[in-house]
Amino acid sequence: MLDQTSNDLHSGEPPLLQTIGLTKRYGDFLANDSISIEIQPKQIHALLGENGAGKSTLVKAIYGLIQPSAGEIRWRGQPIVLSGPSEARSRGIGMVFQHFSLFDNLTVAENVALGLDGKESFKDMSARLEQVSKTYGLPLDPRREVWQLSVGERQRIEIVRALMQDPKFLILDEPTAVLTPQEADQLFIVLERLKAEGRAILYISHKLEEVKRLCDTATILRGGKKVDTCNPRLETAASLARMMVGGEIKEVKAPAGRKTTVPRLVVNDLSLAPSEAHGVRLEHISFELKGGEILGIAGVAGNGQDELFAALSGERLSNDPGTVVIEGIAAGHLSITQRRKLGAAFVPEERLGHGTAPRMKLSENALLTGHAASGMVHHGFIDTAATLKTVDRATETFDVRKAKRDPEAASLSGGNLQKFIVGREILRNPAVLVVSQPTWGVDAGAAAVIRQALLDLATAGAAVLVTSQDLDELAEIADRIAVMFHGRLSAPLATSEATREKLGLLMGGSSLEPKEAEHAVGA
Amino acid sequence: MQLVLEKRVERSNTIALVSPLIAIGLTIVTMIILFAILGKNPLLALHAYFIAPLTDGYSLQEIAVKATPLVMIAIGLSLCYLANAWNIGAEGQFLIGAVAGSWIAVKTQGTDAGAWVLPVMLVLAAAAGALYALIPAICKVKFGASEILTSLMLVYVADLFLDYLVRGPWRDPHGFNFPTTAEFDPVATVPLLIEGGRLHLGSIIALLVVAAAAILLGRTIKGFEIRVVGAAPRAARFGGFNANQLIILTFAVSGALAGLAGIIEVAGPVGHLQPGISPGYGFTAIIVAFLGRLNPLGILIAGLFLALTFIGGEQAQIAMKIPLDVTKVFQGILLFYVLACDSLILYRFKLVFPNRQVTRGTG
Repeated sequence: MLDQTSNDLHSGEPPLLQTIGLTKRYGDFLANDSISIEIQPKQIHALLGENGAGKSTLVKAIYGLIQPSAGEIRWRGQPIVLSGPSEARSRGIGMVFQHFSLFDNLTVAENVALGLDGKESFKDMSARLEQVSKTYGLPLDPRREVWQLSVGERQRIEIVRALMQDPKFLILDEPTAVLTPQEADQLFIVLERLKAEGRAILYISHKLEEVKRLCDTATILRGGKKVDTCNPRLETAASLARMMVGGEIKEVKAPAGRKTTVPRLVVNDLSLAPSEAHGVRLEHISFELKGGEILGIAGVAGNGQDELFAALSGERLSNDPGTVVIEGIAAGHLSITQRRKLGAAFVPEERLGHGTAPRMKLSENALLTGHAASGMVHHGFIDTAATLKTVDRATETFDVRKAKRDPEAASLSGGNLQKFIVGREILRNPAVLVVSQPTWGVDAGAAAVIRQALLDLATAGAAVLVTSQDLDELAEIADRIAVMFHGRLSAPLATSEATREKLGLLMGGSSLEPKEAEHAVGA
Repeated sequence: MQLVLEKRVERSNTIALVSPLIAIGLTIVTMIILFAILGKNPLLALHAYFIAPLTDGYSLQEIAVKATPLVMIAIGLSLCYLANAWNIGAEGQFLIGAVAGSWIAVKTQGTDAGAWVLPVMLVLAAAAGALYALIPAICKVKFGASEILTSLMLVYVADLFLDYLVRGPWRDPHGFNFPTTAEFDPVATVPLLIEGGRLHLGSIIALLVVAAAAILLGRTIKGFEIRVVGAAPRAARFGGFNANQLIILTFAVSGALAGLAGIIEVAGPVGHLQPGISPGYGFTAIIVAFLGRLNPLGILIAGLFLALTFIGGEQAQIAMKIPLDVTKVFQGILLFYVLACDSLILYRFKLVFPNRQVTRGTG
């Protein structure tokens, strides 16, 4: 009601879409607290915020997936109540999700047909699909099956599917998270063109440089509340980050005096057939990682990173013991417990269900990986005091925030659980740490703590392997960066030479000039 | 207005304790309706079921005797179910254990064999139950066969095998052609705890099994393995635990306990091998395991409660001519409510009002 006055001040047309005091409550938790935003036609509007700031809740309400607890949504000035996504689509609101909803074994055209409301014949629809994809420069072969496509191509399906309904307003949720820098550039051209056609775009991202480059307006959310609306081009990345986090982010510092020592993790010509249908075959992967060193592995998701993690951790075994060497001992045939006993530690990408048992207490989750070599088990009996001590030490060292001393893993926020998992492994003083997506979906404060911990661990002499899709993260902590593509690993580049362009080419499957690659190996 | 299930942030320990009680309450309400439909006075029927057996010493002993196999089998089943291995065939393992133990009893009959007979019978019964349970477990691990189906089907094999033995080679020659072995010799019989009573040594063994399971699950790394493999299989693999090994182990242990329960029943209260030695203990134990929350102490209490329904059912049949099958109906309804109420541990009911009423203020 208060915002109505500000709306009346607008002399011309009402905004295309407007939320007024939009609130969404889950129990006692306010996911959205009275959020009012306005989106004009011909505008690319960024929605910025950390994980848990309320971005997803807001766009789900706008797309009709959830009903707001209070407040209203106006479309061209008229209040609307959306019963569901199909009603949103019929009004001209489209959405491209971060996680694709595609059937791997169906063709592109079949997938698109399933997402449409299905009034036209399959043949007409396929023809229109080809035409839309041509018009916007989003090449797609309607007859190919989805499992054969790259992640970038899969995203194209989602975008084309949304465009085929001729939306006036398109929501994109972290669209570049899965793209190479070059693919992202191509996407931006498409978005600029949609804008020129008079459409509005709500662009969710936490990549600030990208937002500065692309967006006309930015709304920043923090803790479910709107913090500010600004012109991102007039801000710096640092000032935007401050608004998102609500304070300064501690800078990660590489401690001085880091020396590389002996090779602690060596992978020799590791090839492994996929364990499941449409999995990735690992092909001839070789690298050497010394103590005191952090090696980063970049790459678009689904190029074999998960398979490599399983082969390194021992969740999948290799017939040839020499393919994985930990601390000088051939370990390719050893179980994950035996590898832990050799001094290796592992942090998988998925926190709940892989790194921890969600419905078990933290002390039990400490035991999950600590039973191998941390003195938590005597003659088959669990030393409960020792498991609790690990929880307390991780809590203290890594600032894990929780409601009680020993809660269930699932009750912790993503950032705090990740700090616990990383802490649990680092407290074992590993010789080798293999970590996958260490800060995925983690708030900026926790991310800084975790990156600093990885740097400190390397300084203490451990070999650290970090797989990440976040190139900025790798640039910040890694000494060398290699790229995974289709199950192959490129030769590592020294971080100082690993420009976004070079990494982007490797992520897209192109090889660098032979001379350059050789040079990189020598570095 | 709408009733929805909402996920809880953390599992509710209060509900975990209360939910079996809610289930029992709902079952009793349903039974009152059922008795009324049958034309029986519900209050008298409930009295016959739940109160009368508790009022005399003989019935109390009989409850403990009935609870003994239920608790032993249910403890084994709870290990399987915690590890996500679905052994439905405890009834068959019970019968095979009874057969294997009886073999010694039959072969030593009338000889001057000494005190070694009973211990050997117990060990052999446990081993046979374990081996019999390993058939579905190995089929599961090696070939991916559903252990639910294979373990269940083996029940009927065991049943018919026992039937063949007591009608054929092991039939008591002086038994007037009844399908039964001769009464076991005293050295092949489980000793009574009270002279002239019903309570026997098996009840003590059942209590030891409960205590051992409590220690295993609460204190040992093996117990932790069992729990984590069931609760989060991928995390368990990351922890270095082998789910297949645990399927083998938990099936073997539960088969052994069922087999042990089988021979104790035959060499104890029954006294000889015959068809119908089990009124469905192996199946009722599934209800006991879930009603007891797959927790050893809970299983002990649940086992006594279901034993009460067996005894109460008999009394209700004698006193009020209520069919004995009503007991099975009761047990089935109880399992249904137990599983339904379990969803309240992770979820809670919530009343939701439609959006329009809430947004009224801003219009």
